[in-house]
Amino acid sequence: MYSRAYKASVAIPPVLWVTLFLLVPYAILFCYSFWSVSSGTIVHDWNFQNYVQLVRNPIYLSVLFKSMRIAAMVMLLALILGYPLAYYLSFHAARRKDFLYQLVIIPLWASYLVRGYAWKTILGSEGVLNGFLQYLHITHRPVEFFLYSPFAVVLTLTHIYTPFTFLPIYASLEHVPRNLVEASHDLGASPWATFRRVILPLSLPGVLAGATFAFVLTLGDFLAPLLVGGASGIMISNIVVSLFGAAYNWPLGAAISLCMLLLVVGLLFATERLERRLTLS
Amino acid sequence: MISAASEKTAAAREPGSAALLFVRRVVKQFGRRPVLRGVSLDVAPGEFLTILGESGSGKTTLLRLVAGFEQLDGGEIWMAGERLDTVPSHRRPVNTVFQSYALFPHLSVFENVAYGLRAKKTAKQEIPERVSQALAMVKMGEFAQSAPARLSGGQQQRVALARALVNRPQVLLLDEPLSALDANLRRQMQVELKTLQREVGITFIFVTHDQEEAMALSDRVALLREGRLEQIAEPREIYGRPETAYAAQFIGQTNLLDAEVRDGIANAGAIVWSCFEHPGKAVFSLRPESIRLAPAGLAADSLDVSTARFRGRILNQTFGGAMDLLEIECKNSQRLRARIASPGPLSGELDFEFSPKDAIRVRAGEED
Repeated sequence: MYSRAYKASVAIPPVLWVTLFLLVPYAILFCYSFWSVSSGTIVHDWNFQNYVQLVRNPIYLSVLFKSMRIAAMVMLLALILGYPLAYYLSFHAARRKDFLYQLVIIPLWASYLVRGYAWKTILGSEGVLNGFLQYLHITHRPVEFFLYSPFAVVLTLTHIYTPFTFLPIYASLEHVPRNLVEASHDLGASPWATFRRVILPLSLPGVLAGATFAFVLTLGDFLAPLLVGGASGIMISNIVVSLFGAAYNWPLGAAISLCMLLLVVGLLFATERLERRLTLS
Repeated sequence: MISAASEKTAAAREPGSAALLFVRRVVKQFGRRPVLRGVSLDVAPGEFLTILGESGSGKTTLLRLVAGFEQLDGGEIWMAGERLDTVPSHRRPVNTVFQSYALFPHLSVFENVAYGLRAKKTAKQEIPERVSQALAMVKMGEFAQSAPARLSGGQQQRVALARALVNRPQVLLLDEPLSALDANLRRQMQVELKTLQREVGITFIFVTHDQEEAMALSDRVALLREGRLEQIAEPREIYGRPETAYAAQFIGQTNLLDAEVRDGIANAGAIVWSCFEHPGKAVFSLRPESIRLAPAGLAADSLDVSTARFRGRILNQTFGGAMDLLEIECKNSQRLRARIASPGPLSGELDFEFSPKDAIRVRAGEED
């Protein structure tokens, strides 16, 4: 139907985009990860030194595992918060639906940084939470671990990424045909049994997508640890940032980035296959 | 057979009788829009009742009220001596066959049919046998392990039937179950549905907008119009003795004649016949097949009123195989339709006749 010239010309923008902003940078990153730094300059001698260091030095692996634990926590909390919210909105909010939906979405319009700083003012030793607890005489001096801890990172990122988990779950719940719910009731299943046997299984693709969002976005996050994480709340991306910055070890930073990239791509590939199986069956 | 059916009808109408389901002055509104404005009807055990109506007549809403998917705004529904409308839908002894089948896409055909049995905690060892019986009943036994998405519309329809009937409901509700099927399959499924209903002996309440389907299947037809019950009767009665002009027009084709009744004669301008109804203005329904070609040689203005005769000009003749449909124009430009055994091509002015008993007096339009 379309001429070959037409097909080729409409393919130019995406091909350009992918090449310029994905393939070329990754290729550069790939090259850097096999180079090294010697007395403040990057030396183009090809070797596996960076990857060896990554496995040998326990700091990198332990921070990576901690980042994955934090990502898993955020994912779990975002699901626990996001699913009931999405379920209520989709099935029981009736006329309040659109309004509540907007309320969930509005924080996404505010800058990520603003929300990060907001948590800083809430959790800090001079912050709202500590002030309130002292006012009630529950504590007598500021509780330090609210801020600058993995707890603060999990809390902040849960707040920031729950809408991202909510959205795909909500979309999949909206796609559950309502006559299936009626059919289930009609066949004698209680509301709870209907949820367990019809609504939940049919919304699993959304749950999977939402969980992936929360996990992957958290795993790559470096601003929340920077703002509220402190020394104990540091995550793998902070290491990459410092390697590309003050530490001036681009090759090692590139190696870590590539490992992260492979991890995330593998994860996305796996969830996509799982999702396809869920939707087909 | 007719007498058996009329006994059933009589039983269903008698209050406190053996009727299974009572619908009493049911009112339902969506927002400000009234959908049902006080509908009452009874359904006898084992009856095949069709709720017939145009879209917007409230027929599906009535069914959904019985199923429990909607809440009443007024009136009551009783079943087997117990209040039904206050019971949540999952505890009602009724099952529904949905217009769009509503099969669970993530479950196999077997699991779809077993769904109701599992929900009611039927003994595990009993389930496989009952499911395969139900699937065999609708000739879908070999598809037990298929996914619903792999089945054709007709096959999905059968599974939906099996899924409902396996629970042995007291009443089966069918919401336009055949409307998505093509004409041939539809006719075939009508026959199967009727046979199935006789076999299982379960009360069917069947919603449709198709009057032919209603007549072919039902013990009784309840005709709804704008949220009110227009007439409820056996198909032969509702066709032969429609109570209102609407019923006469909706069920089959008809000619409506505005006539003046006086001294045992009904006068509709060009057409005159003997009639012993109350004097005054009246509307009559005359089915097209009641009109015949008059035998040649008799004058159209004969004084004999035991057969009504009139002269008309053929406007149009539609060949229909065994029966042709004629459009006839009489003297005062009154138009009539006649269905007669195909006589070959006709034209010009001809004489027609009908028996006065076939002109049925009906209530006109909006009056109640």
